Amino acid sequence: MRRIWAGVAALVVTVVAGAVFVGLRTGDAVAEQRLDLAHGGLLYVDESGRVRQDERVGPSCQRVDVAAGTLACLRATAVPDQAELVVTKPGAEPRQISEWGTPSRVRVSPSGRLVGWTVFRAGDSYLGGVGTFSTTAGIYDLDTGNHYGSLEDFALTVDGKPYPAKDLNYWGVTFARDDLTFYATARSAGGTWLVRGDLRGRTLTTVRQNVECPSLSPDGTRVAYKFRDGDRWRLHVLSLVDGRDVPLADPAHLDDQAQWLDDKTVAYGRDKAIYSVPADGTGAPTLLRANASSPAVVR
Amino acid sequence: MYVSSIRSADPARPASRSKHAVQGTVIGLGVVSLITDLSAEMVTAVLPLYLVYGLGVGFLQLGAIDGLYTGATALLRLAGGYFADRLGRPKAVALVGYGLSAATKLAFPAAGSSLGAIGLVIGADRAGKGIRTAPRDAMITLATPADGLGRAFGVHRAMDTAGALLGPLAAFGLLTVLVGDYPAVFGVSFCFAVIAVIVLAVFVRAPAGAVERSRVRLRAGFALLREPGLRGTCLAAALLGVCTVGDMFLFVGVQRSAGLPPGALPLLPLATALTFMALASPIGRLADRLGQWKVFLAGHVVLLAAYVVLAASATGWLVAVVVLAAHGVFYACTDGVLMAHAAPHVPESLRATGLAFVQTGQALARAAGAVLFGVLAAGMALGPAFAVFAVALLVSVLAGSRMA
Repeated sequence: MRRIWAGVAALVVTVVAGAVFVGLRTGDAVAEQRLDLAHGGLLYVDESGRVRQDERVGPSCQRVDVAAGTLACLRATAVPDQAELVVTKPGAEPRQISEWGTPSRVRVSPSGRLVGWTVFRAGDSYLGGVGTFSTTAGIYDLDTGNHYGSLEDFALTVDGKPYPAKDLNYWGVTFARDDLTFYATARSAGGTWLVRGDLRGRTLTTVRQNVECPSLSPDGTRVAYKFRDGDRWRLHVLSLVDGRDVPLADPAHLDDQAQWLDDKTVAYGRDKAIYSVPADGTGAPTLLRANASSPAVVR
Repeated sequence: MYVSSIRSADPARPASRSKHAVQGTVIGLGVVSLITDLSAEMVTAVLPLYLVYGLGVGFLQLGAIDGLYTGATALLRLAGGYFADRLGRPKAVALVGYGLSAATKLAFPAAGSSLGAIGLVIGADRAGKGIRTAPRDAMITLATPADGLGRAFGVHRAMDTAGALLGPLAAFGLLTVLVGDYPAVFGVSFCFAVIAVIVLAVFVRAPAGAVERSRVRLRAGFALLREPGLRGTCLAAALLGVCTVGDMFLFVGVQRSAGLPPGALPLLPLATALTFMALASPIGRLADRLGQWKVFLAGHVVLLAAYVVLAASATGWLVAVVVLAAHGVFYACTDGVLMAHAAPHVPESLRATGLAFVQTGQALARAAGAVLFGVLAAGMALGPAFAVFAVALLVSVLAGSRMA
């Protein structure tokens, strides 16, 4: 009998401890403030998962991007394995798009009209075994309401030939200024390519091998991307004009889609901090902000 | 919470054994499994998010960790069974397993962003699962009369599955309330795991009498396999296991055949789990009446029908309903029913070891089956690969009806 009482007491203590523990962690949630999407400045996601702009605290997101006043926020929801993309445009109701998977990348086109996202989808095991992960990338047109569901529905041409493989994965969309052209990464049978996409024809064409998570420069002439070497990634910049490719001055392994601060500098997340580095391969990385990720620039 | 603990005058035959009640020990173990699975699935569900956004680690690098543990878990399962018999204390060994897994929930935040440390923590969690499974199932068999085993396992598995379904909901609910607070998820998961350990330690009575501290030698464990009934069961379960497609492939097959939107894919395992949860107990009861092995084979026939539907590349959402229902029925007919069938073939002093053999053989065979199917599907296409497996499964069922 004494044992039973001891057991009951232990259960009560555990439940109370758990409740107190959770209780202590609630309550300091800051109300969402309006962000200034018209004037310059860096947006990022802080370590508590909220979008920040200087002293202002925005919505909670895993990834954020902004262009021409359009803010795109990609986040996990209360439903397991469900991500949602929330797009706020000045003078319009916020739009929500649901996608299942784990948030990975989000980008807004320079005009603020198109939004592209990527989610991870893992298998049913702990982390999905080797190679069982997959990604899905999609594009949404705010003006027409066109939902380009998944890039897997586009027609892919590899080295001039149609490529009807089933094992394709796409990730890391980045947009050109014309709101028709975009770039992304395609992977199939162990190889990755930079692909150029066309929204009108729903076509994709390979440009170059081993280019992941491209990010198009504001002037549209270069992409910053992750170059894979074994199981490490390094930022490179590739000229789309003459094919010149330079590794940037940060040799550390990183996993992010770079963000151009201007035509000369790229910013990126690494080791729970945001760094910037010159885009021509010179100089050295500079710490922009500690305990932050997903840099975005109000232009 | 319902806790019954009936001491019986005759330790070898508890007086309370009746055809109409599932024993308190079984209900207790069901509660423990429910809470533990809730705790475990909370962590599993948020792990990718935690790695990428909590730690800033690319979670692709962790993919490699997963494959490492299948073999290790299998060995620990055998070790857990062996020590439970050797010490004559299945409950104590199960407690070690549950305790180890509980401790890992706190180790996650402590592991920081070191990939090696996280791999170790995941490994320890898996080890705990491996260690506790056989002693727990042995306790279920020792607390239940032979003609009630199917139902007892059915009740236990239904509770276990309920916990697994609740886990992700709890975790993501918590993450939404406390934005991005992963330590809170690990903390709450740890509390649940501790509650389960306390329930097991204090409120679940070890089955009376049956297990005396036996001088179990490893040799005696392996000698079990000379017993034709158990050997046949092991071989047949493994043979049938090799002919099963991995769950994820089946779900992808359903999604493509039925033409469901990709967004439906994560919901498909839920449909299987819900069916399994609803049917585990009634089918267990049916197995007690008709014979466990018959029901076990029938479950594979139902799965075979699902493969045929997928191989025929039938279209429409009805395909999804039929295949997922069949998949749930398959689990209800096989998961606990196999244990219920194997138990009487093993002397009580070696119960946990014997069950561990059967479980391990089946688990390894199913893992191999999934790999084989993957190779096959890459070489041909999904439809024909299902056809090949349907034929193989049919041959195995015919062979299985002559064994065991």
